[in-house]
Amino acid sequence: MLYLLSEEVRYMDEAVAGKVMEIIAKQKRVPSDQVTIDSTFQELGLDSLDAVNILFELEGEFNISISDEQARQIKDVRQMVEGVISLIGEKKLA
Amino acid sequence: MRRVVITGLGMISALGRNVSENWAALLEGRSAIAPIQSVDASGLKFKNGAEVRGFNPETYSLKADYLDRFAQFAAVAAREAVQQSGISFTLESGDRSAVITGSCVGGQDTQDTGFFQLYHEGNPRVNPMTIPRTMANAGASCISTEFRIRGPVYTVSTACSSSNHAMGQAFWLVRGGAVEVAITGGSEAPFSYGSLKAWEAMRVVSPETCRPFSRDRKGLILGEGAAMLVLESLEHAQERGAQILGEIVGFGMSSDAGHITKPSAEGAAMAMEAAMRDAQISPMEIGYINAHGTGTALNDATETQAIKLALGPQAKNVAVSSTKSMHGHALGGAGALEAVATVMALRNGVLPPTANYSDPDPECDLDVIPNQSRKQQVEYAMSNSFAFGGLNAVLVFRAFR
Repeated sequence: MLYLLSEEVRYMDEAVAGKVMEIIAKQKRVPSDQVTIDSTFQELGLDSLDAVNILFELEGEFNISISDEQARQIKDVRQMVEGVISLIGEKKLA
Repeated sequence: MRRVVITGLGMISALGRNVSENWAALLEGRSAIAPIQSVDASGLKFKNGAEVRGFNPETYSLKADYLDRFAQFAAVAAREAVQQSGISFTLESGDRSAVITGSCVGGQDTQDTGFFQLYHEGNPRVNPMTIPRTMANAGASCISTEFRIRGPVYTVSTACSSSNHAMGQAFWLVRGGAVEVAITGGSEAPFSYGSLKAWEAMRVVSPETCRPFSRDRKGLILGEGAAMLVLESLEHAQERGAQILGEIVGFGMSSDAGHITKPSAEGAAMAMEAAMRDAQISPMEIGYINAHGTGTALNDATETQAIKLALGPQAKNVAVSSTKSMHGHALGGAGALEAVATVMALRNGVLPPTANYSDPDPECDLDVIPNQSRKQQVEYAMSNSFAFGGLNAVLVFRAFR
């Protein structure tokens, strides 16, 4: 049972990661395979306005609210995926 | 070339209803930033603004039905400036005068209200005054009508540089001899729910206060109000025995031609250099800069670089402050509020501080006059405005001797 639950979580996490990377690729107008979980925003050439637009899309997609403070800490795709997953978790708990 | 002097000042902002109230607050380093009251802020991620509290247009016999708040502010400031200048516009002189104002969003509160009724409340009609109240030139037209000024009258809209572009144009019109007198400045009233939500989405508004150049700065704080200046040629002012408050000596503009919101140090420096060239002065002569200083991470660091590029070694000596820390960022009206602060600083030999400053930032290593005004006689001062869209406008003022 425990195993199944963690599988489910991992499956969901992968889906979130895929969606986050898709949103970033769409914003930067690059093929989706150019965005990986290990890409940094610097490597992707994301500026502050790209970031604002991506955050806006993420909030809409996952029905979450990302504070400016949280957003400021994030420097790469992995942190962004983890942040989104944690906010989705908080929403489920609430 | 003719010299262009300032003979009247008017200002209304969160700090006060007239120039003397505003100046007193600026000298004290008192910030007017407080919880937003005119709009229900419960649905906003930020809570503070710099609002003009308890403003009643009836007190000023203004036709509130016909004028949005931003145009009411423009009229109030223009009346104060004209009264101080002691000028009376005759049929003839009114035709040789100009009104040039700046505004970023015009009467968007009127539009917001009308569209809310239309889309949300299902009202099939909007108020017939929606169009004339919303137009960005409503303030300029109101001032023109009130003083019967029939020369060049228009409004410049270049986001946060609007007022500086407007005042620069007015300065050049007077200097070049196209007009003898100009009323110029700008106004803004951005506190409507739709507009505030749009600013929230930009993620540039501080969740607390505005701390320009401070390491712990978290963004800008929106403000509202208006300021107006009466400009005239030196001969015209002297002929009628007017009191001269200061002088405009240079105006420079540039465009970053780059990113739509990210400022460029080179672009900003180009405008400062152009303004000093126009004034025929060297960087060593600039003693004070009223900075754009919005309090965002990006602006203040970029403006610091720009000041170093434009002023060279003088960047270490020049006193710099952002009065937005006190009256907030009045967008298209900002340059006008800051022009009044700058003229008063030159005239009184006291430089207003950067309020709410708490922590030095190595990326903003200028003399930013932290928290307390400073007695210092300065001859030349610069006032910076840099807008979204990459549009920069800089004025150089001189103490009148």
